[in-house]
Amino acid sequence: MSQASTEIVRISGHAGTVPGAGLNREYQVCKLVDTTTCIGCKACEVACLEWNGYTFSETKFDNSYQTMPETAWNYWNLIKFNEHERDDGTMMLLMRKDQCMHCEDPGCLAACPADAAIVQYANGIVDFQEAHCIGCGYCITGCPFNIPKFSPTARKVFKCTLCNDRVSVGLEPACIKACPTGCLHFGTKSEMKELAETRADQLRSQSGFPDAGVYDPVGVSGTHVIYVLHDAKNPELYGGLPRDPHIPLSVRLWKGPLKWLGNLAMLGGLVGLALHYMRIGPKKEEPIPPEDRKPS
Amino acid sequence: MSTTDTTPRARTTSAFDEELIPRYTMVERVNHWFGAITYTYCLITGLAFWTPYLYWMAAIVGGGPTARFWHPWFGIFFTVSQFLMFLHWSGDMEVDNDDRVWADNIQAYIENEDDKLPPVGRFNWGQKLYFWGMVGSTILLLLSGFMLWYVEAVPWSIHILRYVAILVHASVALITIGLFLIHVYMSTILEEGSFGSMIHGSVTRAWAWTFHRKWYYKVTGRARPTE
Repeated sequence: MSQASTEIVRISGHAGTVPGAGLNREYQVCKLVDTTTCIGCKACEVACLEWNGYTFSETKFDNSYQTMPETAWNYWNLIKFNEHERDDGTMMLLMRKDQCMHCEDPGCLAACPADAAIVQYANGIVDFQEAHCIGCGYCITGCPFNIPKFSPTARKVFKCTLCNDRVSVGLEPACIKACPTGCLHFGTKSEMKELAETRADQLRSQSGFPDAGVYDPVGVSGTHVIYVLHDAKNPELYGGLPRDPHIPLSVRLWKGPLKWLGNLAMLGGLVGLALHYMRIGPKKEEPIPPEDRKPS
Repeated sequence: MSTTDTTPRARTTSAFDEELIPRYTMVERVNHWFGAITYTYCLITGLAFWTPYLYWMAAIVGGGPTARFWHPWFGIFFTVSQFLMFLHWSGDMEVDNDDRVWADNIQAYIENEDDKLPPVGRFNWGQKLYFWGMVGSTILLLLSGFMLWYVEAVPWSIHILRYVAILVHASVALITIGLFLIHVYMSTILEEGSFGSMIHGSVTRAWAWTFHRKWYYKVTGRARPTE
């Protein structure tokens, strides 16, 4: 939003037109991950730790190059390594940089009960405000990408910020800065989408990947991290990237109809009990009939 | 303190009517209030997590993170109280044929026409419904609550359980709130003498005879007059 304060709309005592007025600026940012040119060097993992001030965690070996099975509260950027056998019997090593997708329709934010613990900025970044986080973990349930992680020591939840602290002062995210192959790009959403589509088209027409495409899932109204995949028809191959992610139905029910029905029922119950007391009133004990008072 | 005989609730007092009958033991009463306090804590903190309009409730118990920390523990304390209540009272909570007739005529109970209902044992059908409703709810709240408490312990491969847990926990909590509201209303202001019985442990003969007649004859050992 810092851009908005440099965009001039009116100028005092100024003859003529306002320079730059009516210029169409785009605030929406986007990270593009081209999985087809990733070499799995993990420079982005290291850069993420370094910028965000975390020390390197213990790795968990599971017969692949992958650092650990999934992202952690203090490890927000993880390259997922997946061996894939193609129809012709040849092998492919699919590598996908996993991190928060910064959904346009974020499930974490929908599920969060704490005032201002999760915010979505106008540039599309979804950011956790740990000062307001109560550590309930509802965001973990709300996220379709398995990204937010609970820190048992801080008792709060953490995830990738898309380097909001860097982006807000005009820098690119740390992971982008570190990538040696140029498989990571950062820019406006429309620029990145165009670049991704160009690359996917190149893969389809020149590199023998007829199913290559862009992953920008509509179920969450698009994401501010998009992928170019060799096989966009099978995103699950890339370390379980969901085919059709959306805010879970149960979260929608819980935060929608159930909440209003529940609130109505609770209020209705209170009013009903008050009316019962006013209309019918208390139950009083009655005297025992004389014939039943005789000593037995 | 007598009123006119023209009302159906004509009241005369006698020393006999006011004699006390023990109804709840000390252990039963202490455990009841242990359950009441732990439930109320879970209610206040749970409502804070339920809707932003009630998030302020977290402030009265020390703020959001504190509420989040203690809510599951108080849930476990409440479960302990429910287990003890089960040991104390489940024997008196079996629904019998009189209860079924009572339930069919609950409208009369709501309208304070208790004399139209079959005689009641130590607990009436409504109390039994409340008891079993709370016992069942506690089990469901405990199971779903663990999945909310340690959400990451539910593996991603079966994360549908996380979705089920969140719906079950909220829905069952709402059911208990309904039961709880009715329970508090009836035992504090509706049925005079009930609240005191959970404090002092005893009720008057007249109270027992009016509201729990089968139980009255059983504990006093008096013969029921033939009608």
